[in-house]
Amino acid sequence: MSIFLDKNSKIIVQGITGREGLFHTGRMLAYGTNIVGGVTPGKGGTKIESGQLVFNTVKDAVEATGATHSIIFVPPFAGADALWEAYDAGITLAVCITEGIPAHDMMRVVATTPGMRIIGGNCPGLISPGKSLVGIMPGGIFKEGRIGMISRSGTLTYEIVDGLTRAGLGQSTCVGIGGDPIIGTTFVDCLRAFASDPETDAIVVSGEIGGSDEEDAAAFIKEHLPNKPAVAFIGGRSAPKGKRLGHAGAIISGNTGTPESKVAAFAAAGVPVADRPSDIPKLLAERLSALTV
Amino acid sequence: MKLLEYQGKELFKRVGIPVPKSQHASTAADVKAFITSNPGSWVVKSQVLMGGRGKAGGIKFADDAAQGETIANELIGKVLKGVQNPEGEEVKSLLLEAKLGIASEAYVSITIDRATKKPVIIVSAQGGMDVEEVAEKHPDAIVKYWVDPAAGFSPFMARQLAFAAKLPTGFHKAFPKIVAGLYQVFMDYGANLIEINPLVLTKDGDVVAGDAKVDLDDNGLYKHPDIAKWNKESPEDEDQMNAVAIGLGMSNYAKFGGNVGTIANGAGLGMGTMDAIRNAGGEAANFLDIGGGAQAELVKKSYALVVSNPNVKAFFINIFGGITRGDQVAQGIVDALSGGDLRKVPLVVRLTGTNAEEGRKILDKAGFIPVETMDEGAARAVALANGAN
Repeated sequence: MSIFLDKNSKIIVQGITGREGLFHTGRMLAYGTNIVGGVTPGKGGTKIESGQLVFNTVKDAVEATGATHSIIFVPPFAGADALWEAYDAGITLAVCITEGIPAHDMMRVVATTPGMRIIGGNCPGLISPGKSLVGIMPGGIFKEGRIGMISRSGTLTYEIVDGLTRAGLGQSTCVGIGGDPIIGTTFVDCLRAFASDPETDAIVVSGEIGGSDEEDAAAFIKEHLPNKPAVAFIGGRSAPKGKRLGHAGAIISGNTGTPESKVAAFAAAGVPVADRPSDIPKLLAERLSALTV
Repeated sequence: MKLLEYQGKELFKRVGIPVPKSQHASTAADVKAFITSNPGSWVVKSQVLMGGRGKAGGIKFADDAAQGETIANELIGKVLKGVQNPEGEEVKSLLLEAKLGIASEAYVSITIDRATKKPVIIVSAQGGMDVEEVAEKHPDAIVKYWVDPAAGFSPFMARQLAFAAKLPTGFHKAFPKIVAGLYQVFMDYGANLIEINPLVLTKDGDVVAGDAKVDLDDNGLYKHPDIAKWNKESPEDEDQMNAVAIGLGMSNYAKFGGNVGTIANGAGLGMGTMDAIRNAGGEAANFLDIGGGAQAELVKKSYALVVSNPNVKAFFINIFGGITRGDQVAQGIVDALSGGDLRKVPLVVRLTGTNAEEGRKILDKAGFIPVETMDEGAARAVALANGAN
């Protein structure tokens, strides 16, 4: 099993004929993703080279194909509109690759699309290795297995996954939740899904400075995941303090947002924090072997 | 994009938040002329983005035109330094404001709460002070209301907050209207943070915004070209200007104090690269996220930007290939950086992905130092920056 998607999930691509959309549709199809069609307003009725039908609206695409998942490649100004259109058409999971959507747009979208899971924006998407890739990740570095991986970044995720795969630690699902301040799906949402996934044995949480998502993840692991070992990484620990943190932001999070706070939160949850990505496979293997003894 | 006080107050005026009578001035002559035709006591406030400008000597009082001119000559061009900005910030202009008879000072702000994904209104009766300090010492003195962004603001929220924060009764009548205006600015202009500290109750019973701190979401600025233009007039951040000038995103470049220049593809990997340099015993000179494509031209411009910092003694380019083939990335780097017009520093390049072996050969031949892993690359670059061969 995997979280959020499986081999049969029917997926449409919003912005399928755009440069990015078309390129990554090809890559996802090559990986075996069940892409059933796409949307580009004004190009309804045409087909892309690999045979997938293009529709004018998400509604048309969903009615014709029964799609439940969507991946969005549209410009930032159209991001909120694309998510609302997906919600209106009954899409249950939307992966938003688009980078640069205004935080206020995302805040309004999140508040008005109950029941639809949004991954991102500004994220690399998700992959259940060997089953389905709904994103822009390089499929070749992943390997089918039993490690759940969640991360705020793109290329740093690949760095870590590459290390896991080389160490023989395959992945059940990898979710890139996105680097924006307001994102649809948080670490805790992913952890909740991994908690009830019998095919995920252990979890890697790859966070970074800012916000309190890592602290929340640590608290959740402590409370709800006593039997699934986890290893964390915090990117940006050497970054100088403060540049983008406003006063009011600091009030809300108190002492959270600093690497010290995040490391302390994971330590309190019994989750080791790797100093470098290359330490993660070893820490994970130790935790897993301790479990089987 | 952070706004200067006079710019923030311009937005306040648009929604009817009361501000003191004021005049923005860029020269001592302007200050003199204004006070001459508007005699009285004026507060002369340095227009800077840093916090704690009062403590840093950036706020003075002028009782007549001559005094105003003297103060302006002293302040304009002065570099203010504070705890929060040891490097200092140059004063480029001043705001002259009518002196207020202060009866009481409160604090009000609206920001985006990432955890709940909602706007949060924050109020305290202890205005005029460093609000982080208040939060730490008297957490009970700060009250909050999380607004449902789908439903929006309603005045009862402000009333509830005013009573809960024990604002003096003089504030009560005006407060809901002021918070409504603040919420309107927050939503209309896509703010990350909008803060009035202090919100002043005057001896005459008026409630006036004594200061304005506004930080707008850069991603939403395209909706407000008139305001985006303000940034060009008073650039807030040299790093951001440099990044935009070469075609990077505004926050894709930041300069630090170390001597190892870095380029990575992706923000997470960029931070990870800085961390790796720290782990290897060095310090990064910068953060630079070159993004996904990493075209030759952008590589060249990014390299040039990083080495324009004279502290840079060695360079580490950390590219996780993924989709792009390693030999293509390598060729791109060689094409971009082989020209004679760039300052040369030892360059370590980490390459992964398909055809990485061929890529490393290309780099080696061009006189660069190819490595396989991030840790190895960081270690080599730090050693080179410290004078190793």
